[in-house]
Amino acid sequence: MYSSNSKNLNISLSINDEERSVVVRPANTLLSVIREGLGLTGTKPGCYNGDCGACTVDVDGVPIKSCLMLAVEGVGKKITTIEGLRNTPVQKSFVEHFAFQCGYCTPGFIINCNALIQKHPNAKDEIIEEWLESNICRCTGYKEIEEAIKSVITAKSEEQL
Amino acid sequence: MIQFDFEYYKPASIYEAVQLFQTLDSQGKQPIYYSGGTEIISLARINLLYTKAVIDIKDIPECNILRIQDNQLVLGACLPLTIIEDANHFPLLTKTLREIADHTNRNKITIGGNICGQIYYREAVLPFLLSDSQVVIAGIQGLKYVPIQQVFHQQLQLQKGEFLVQIITNENDLQLPFVSIKKRQQWDTGYPLVTVVAITKSSDNSSNSSTKQIHVAFSGMSPFPYRSEQIEEDLNQQNASVQHRVNLAITHLPEPILNDVEGSSEYRKFVLKNTLQHALTTLEAE
Ligand SMILES: Cc1cc2nc3c(=O)[nH]c(=O)nc-3n(C[C@H](O)[C@H](O)[C@H](O)COP(=O)(O)OP(=O)(O)OC[C@H]3O[C@@H](n4cnc5c(N)ncnc54)[C@H](O)[C@@H]3O)c2cc1C
Ligand code: FES
Ligand code: FES
Repeated sequence: MYSSNSKNLNISLSINDEERSVVVRPANTLLSVIREGLGLTGTKPGCYNGDCGACTVDVDGVPIKSCLMLAVEGVGKKITTIEGLRNTPVQKSFVEHFAFQCGYCTPGFIINCNALIQKHPNAKDEIIEEWLESNICRCTGYKEIEEAIKSVITAKSEEQL
Repeated sequence: MIQFDFEYYKPASIYEAVQLFQTLDSQGKQPIYYSGGTEIISLARINLLYTKAVIDIKDIPECNILRIQDNQLVLGACLPLTIIEDANHFPLLTKTLREIADHTNRNKITIGGNICGQIYYREAVLPFLLSDSQVVIAGIQGLKYVPIQQVFHQQLQLQKGEFLVQIITNENDLQLPFVSIKKRQQWDTGYPLVTVVAITKSSDNSSNSSTKQIHVAFSGMSPFPYRSEQIEEDLNQQNASVQHRVNLAITHLPEPILNDVEGSSEYRKFVLKNTLQHALTTLEAE
């Protein structure tokens, strides 16, 4: 059994393929620990309420809103933040399709899109829509974001032919 | 940020979890069971929930089971909604879960947490209220198996220290004809104005012939989800028009009817009327 009855505990988190040791309160969310404890400020705070998706990180291949997860829940899991993605097809496609304006929502979108492509390399429109409804963008009209992800999926399908 | 501190425990067995609850409770720590944690974190952040200790039950193997065995679907309380959707053993449940929150949140929200939540809607319970389902509840005396109808009245009636371990549904009820309709004030994600979930099921009457009955459950109309015998009696009246049956059912809605920024009670009734008509017409055409 894992237990902590102290106010502060030292935990180890696997983030972006690195084991990072950090002192947390059990009541700290993963979002606050990633940003304030580990200095990985690519993950953005927005609503803190599960609505906006700006704080999305990848936990064992699954997109999760880090404002609704405790940091202690992350022990033993493989966490990837936007800093852990380098030159992925989704990132390149976002640039090519101008899929952002201010960029605040972009890390959350990219983490979500990247997980989507890993799980459903040939995702149909309805799956893309279902997954991307989890993120809000206040600047774009979503069209460019949709085009960016679809172009990665099309390129992958063509590769398979 | 959650302003107060709590202790975090993650027991690996049912026995450990219930013992831990007793111990922490006797120390005045107001323990709560923690599953997906989405509601606990949301409410704690705005000081609508307080505890000095959370007991995370996600490492308990029985709470993570997803299988069909002995003609029954067994779902562990800690399964995230998207895992249940992907397995798709119970299409009515899949359709209803798909409308809860959004996809990323459903990776974290668990079926047990939704059913046991404090926030009114608890839409995941609706398909179970309509089917032959029982809940497995753990307490200090061990496990008990109870038909969900007996123990879900507005919310799951748990004694102090008890928690939901599994929901078990008869395989015969998994593929019944259904409708699951969610109407929101706006957008395609989030809480409902009205959710109507309905099935048709054969029931044996006294002359031993089988008649089809409509069963229906609601969320969003009142500050709790429900199924009502009186409403079903109204909707199953023989030889009456759909409109007449729906008008009658609307007079028997449980009070209070929600009246808030999402929608006035009159508007909710208006939307429900149309939704019910649509549900009946669809099911009766099948
Ligand atoms: C943005 C957003 C939109 C949402 N929209 C909807 C919606 O449209 N419809 C809807 O129905 N829900 C919706 N929800 C989900 C809902 O409000 C809750 O957040 C969620 O259902 C809680 O599930 P959880 O597993 O995270 O539970 P937790 O936060 O872990 O627990 C919730 C409560 O249940 C208790 N509990 C948990 N598991 C058990 C158990 N096994 N036995 C006994 N008690 C237990 C806890 O002690 C706590 O009191 C939404 C959530 C978000 C974040
Ligand atoms: S900050 Fe987490 S969803 Fe908005
Ligand atoms: S680019 Fe500004 S919020 Fe999306």
